[in-house]
Amino acid sequence: MPLIKLENIVKIYDLGAEKVHALRGINLEIEKGEYVAIMGPSGSGKSTLMNIIGCLDTPTSGRYFLNGVNVSELSDNELARIRNKEIGFVFQMFNLLPRADALHNVELPLIYAGVPGDLRKKLAREALEQVGLGDRLHHKPNELSGGQRQRVAIARALVNKPSIILADEPTGNLDTKTGNEILALFDELHSRGNTIILVTHEPDVARHAHRIIRIRDGMIESDEKVVDRIIAQKG
Amino acid sequence: MGFLLQLQESLKIALQSIFAHKLRSALTTLGIIIGIVSVTLMNMTIEGLGEAFRSSISAIGADVLYIQKWPWFAGEDWWKYRNRREIKISYAKDIKERSTYAVAVAPTVFSRSTLRLGSNSMENVIVIGTTDEFIYTAGVSVEFGRFMSEVEVKAERPVCVIGAEIAEKLFGNVNPIGRDLKIAGRTFRVVGVLEKQGKFLGLESLDDRVYIPIGQFMRMFPWRTGATITVKIKNMDEIEEAIEELRGIMRTLRRLKPWQEDDFSVNRQELLLNAYNQTVGVIGAVGLGITVLSLIVGGIGVMNIMFVSVKERTREIGIRKAVGATQRAILMQFLVEAIMISLLGGVIGLIFAVILGFVVDQILPTSLPLWVALLSIFISITVGVISGIIPAYKASKLDPVESLRYE
Repeated sequence: MPLIKLENIVKIYDLGAEKVHALRGINLEIEKGEYVAIMGPSGSGKSTLMNIIGCLDTPTSGRYFLNGVNVSELSDNELARIRNKEIGFVFQMFNLLPRADALHNVELPLIYAGVPGDLRKKLAREALEQVGLGDRLHHKPNELSGGQRQRVAIARALVNKPSIILADEPTGNLDTKTGNEILALFDELHSRGNTIILVTHEPDVARHAHRIIRIRDGMIESDEKVVDRIIAQKG
Repeated sequence: MGFLLQLQESLKIALQSIFAHKLRSALTTLGIIIGIVSVTLMNMTIEGLGEAFRSSISAIGADVLYIQKWPWFAGEDWWKYRNRREIKISYAKDIKERSTYAVAVAPTVFSRSTLRLGSNSMENVIVIGTTDEFIYTAGVSVEFGRFMSEVEVKAERPVCVIGAEIAEKLFGNVNPIGRDLKIAGRTFRVVGVLEKQGKFLGLESLDDRVYIPIGQFMRMFPWRTGATITVKIKNMDEIEEAIEELRGIMRTLRRLKPWQEDDFSVNRQELLLNAYNQTVGVIGAVGLGITVLSLIVGGIGVMNIMFVSVKERTREIGIRKAVGATQRAILMQFLVEAIMISLLGGVIGLIFAVILGFVVDQILPTSLPLWVALLSIFISITVGVISGIIPAYKASKLDPVESLRYE
């Protein structure tokens, strides 16, 4: 059973005057443990696809099976629970809570999962240690560098041991060196068995993955294995 | 478990948010503060009046009538009563002889004077001249000793009965019975101490008074002519008839022609009851008006600030939803914040009300039982819920994708 199975996913945005066909029938399977890059120019529909895979949005038609569960028919609250348990997001803009320290930001998914205090703090601390921020637990986002912020975001994505880590342009706001460190971290997470889906428009970033899916005009243009993989060097 | 965790998280966020915008939060709570101050003070005063009234009403028995120059709540016609003739002490005897309903009749006159015992003294003590029957009309019992006797009154003996507070202040631990004290320079022997009665309507102490035979009083204060005749009647059911009979007797004593109005008043407990109900009604109406108005204004203020808060934190809502916050969790977060702001106003309002209560105490008695405080807190929470629910619902329904994109 594939981890992710998309069957003829269509997404139409109704903007009143016109209907925008963001996705026009996507069929896709991703196995557990894969490292996949989704590429495409802006407006191609890759963000829409990512939102649907991340259960932030539901398709207009088509079926999406996550771990064998048809999530395309779930209610908002059920989707919230799926996001909480199955998906870890990493965003271009980091999206950390500005007033909360690193530890509390990482605790956030556990709070909504109902993990009690002591265990929650322990798990959050472990996740931060995993991304090399064991000494920055009580720093607020504005006291951290861009790379450190993204590491906090990755720790937050990891802390619930999700089925998928979904990263949307995770290096988009970082310089090349820091970006490479983050990509190295993804390699490491992948080698530990995590499934990673990376959304990007940069070919150099995409080539860290094992498989590249190119989207254009709401359809899959190509889906191929990466032959010349770049292995990111740890900073 | 999940619920409590989310509640804890919500409280944390709410406090952070309130402290991050101190001025904004303070201004927002102003309406709530005013509303809670007014509802608390209103209840404190009504409760205080009620307590004072209940404890005082027994000092004025339901079956006791007071024949006086002035009616108890004269209102605007005070000038009409001013020119009335004084009530004479001698009426008491006539009423006692002629009335069929009266069982006890006691005239009372009072003055203020200084009490002295050795080096101890008390200024401004109310000295009341009366007769032995006063003990029946006053509805008070003797704690130690006895009240003055008929013989002592007739013979105008220099004896006195003192209030509990005088016994305490002048004599301390010494038994006052049989001891002498000086009233306006004259020596009186204490024959009795009255039981503690507390303050009349919570304002005027009934325990710092001293009672002496009326003949003694007249010799000491001959210029005090206006008396009150207190009449205890046989049967409560015949109070209307008793009043009519007393009016007849009084009119005869005053030699009033049939076309002339009464130039005296027959007062009774019921008047106090009416005045009490009226006062409570006015306080209630005014208080309720101010409360409702300021709570509506305050509630709209909280709602407004919550809409601002939701707008400002759209991105935060997106983040929380992305990591798994359900609609209920977001709803609770903002609802808790609205309740916290409102509750803050409620607590501050309660504190202000207690402080202002000391000021109001100078005019009207106040009392703060637990239920008044709890009611105020409950009201502020309710305002928080009502004004927070729409913004919170709106926040809970935000689309996570769009919220994450919000700048």
